[in-house]
Amino acid sequence: MMRNNAASISSSLLDWARAPWPFARIFGHVVIALWIWGAIALVDNLIQSYDPDYMARYSPKYFWGFVTTLKLVVISVSIGAVLSIPVAFGRMSRNRIFAGFSYCYVYFFRGTPLLAQIFLVYYGFGQFRPELQDMGLWWLFRDAWYCALLTFSLNTAAYQAEILRGAVQSVPRGQPEAAQALGLHKAVIFFRIVLPQALIVALRPYGNEIILMVKGSAIVSIVTVFDLMGETKRAFSQTYDFQMYIYAALFYLVVVELMRRLWDVFEDRLTHHLKRIPDPE
Amino acid sequence: MGFIKSIAVAATAVFMIAGAANAGEKIKIGTEGAYPPFNNLTADGKLVGFDVDIAKALCAEMKVECEFVVQDWDGMIPALINSKFDAVIASMSITEDRLKKVDFSGKYYNTPPAIAVAKDSKIAGVSADDLKGVALGAQSSTTHSNYAEALLSGSDLKLYPSADEYKLDITSGRIDAVIDDVVVLSDWIASEDGACCKILGTLVPDDKINGIGAGIAVRKGETELRDRFTAAIAAIRANGKYKEINDKYFAFDVYGG
Repeated sequence: MMRNNAASISSSLLDWARAPWPFARIFGHVVIALWIWGAIALVDNLIQSYDPDYMARYSPKYFWGFVTTLKLVVISVSIGAVLSIPVAFGRMSRNRIFAGFSYCYVYFFRGTPLLAQIFLVYYGFGQFRPELQDMGLWWLFRDAWYCALLTFSLNTAAYQAEILRGAVQSVPRGQPEAAQALGLHKAVIFFRIVLPQALIVALRPYGNEIILMVKGSAIVSIVTVFDLMGETKRAFSQTYDFQMYIYAALFYLVVVELMRRLWDVFEDRLTHHLKRIPDPE
Repeated sequence: MGFIKSIAVAATAVFMIAGAANAGEKIKIGTEGAYPPFNNLTADGKLVGFDVDIAKALCAEMKVECEFVVQDWDGMIPALINSKFDAVIASMSITEDRLKKVDFSGKYYNTPPAIAVAKDSKIAGVSADDLKGVALGAQSSTTHSNYAEALLSGSDLKLYPSADEYKLDITSGRIDAVIDDVVVLSDWIASEDGACCKILGTLVPDDKINGIGAGIAVRKGETELRDRFTAAIAAIRANGKYKEINDKYFAFDVYGG
């Protein structure tokens, strides 16, 4: 049995080598080799420049910066999800005031950089302290953390509203019409018929939006909230060592990879009924 | 033709130092342009300030052509190492940490850090105890932020990308105090924008954190350029050029003891 296995492996290796070697195949192997070499060089660089002092000094800071990044993204994406519902319905509304307001909201927040938005909210509103105090809103705008949450929530709400609108509109009209013909209530039609189908369409774009927020949140240190990127910059400014950025990149890569896998699971669950069940025979 | 020529002349006047063109050697100098009165950009984009005037005087003394490159503070040393410019004249303090990565000329000035607060502030003094729990602003990646992190660790430290932002935040009352160079803070307080605030007091510098004054950074191993800058600083100190520039900006000698 063992001999058989060994023989089959060596014969498949031979097949691999004997197969034709056109330019594209050689090029492909060279590119992959370069990538592998790059990865080995990177890991080697990290091992060579490993410094226990840096580790002791900066790893807790990286960890808490990372926690700040996650908190910021989780809270603002959740608030944004709630806010996006009325905005998405506004976009689909026949009422011109509603539709116009939602259109302008989405237009502004998708059309300007997040960096400019957070700068405007934090430093811009900071100039109007007396007015904000009169309105009783200074507690909100005084705090950098609240300003960051507010800006990020408003920003992601605009994107999520568009995702939601596109997904709801992708459900064929015949479905709600058929449900209506059966005399179902509007809310039932939306939550039991339209939404489950829309979510399948919306799932991947939602994942993209969260990933974009994870990376977009890296600008938050300009308003004194020290997230993962802020801590990285601070560590770099004290060490002038580029490995600080490599570690930050690894943190971000891990989050994005975890997200990707989690989303595969979600998709599997949501599209279960669409999968072909293999014949029992 | 005349038009193109006048543009060329104007560009030369902006970027190069007149009267130093004979050697033909060119040195690129990095500076921040956001740290008045040492270096800042005017509304029409000209670099001005003590650092800039000193740089021009040093270039004239060394008989080289100098070209200024504006660079954000937190990327200053990497940009120097990657040869985006050849020297940094941007009020950069000579510290142990930086000496591991770059070389420095001798100092060209040395002024202590200070704390500024709102005029009606109730903070009693500048000791670590007085500043416990106080929201304290500083520019990140500076000796001052490192000082606050190490020696004023009881305060609630907030770090800003440049001095402009912490000035906005102490004006609006988001933070109670800021730490920076005494000259930078005094200059700001004397201006209209700084009317909110006053200097609470200067701090005793820590040699390890604050270093021995501001020097000119060059890439590691470029000892010849470093020594020429050191010699040029001594020369303008001796021939009165330094005093002339000093007096244009300050009422006291910033060279320090």
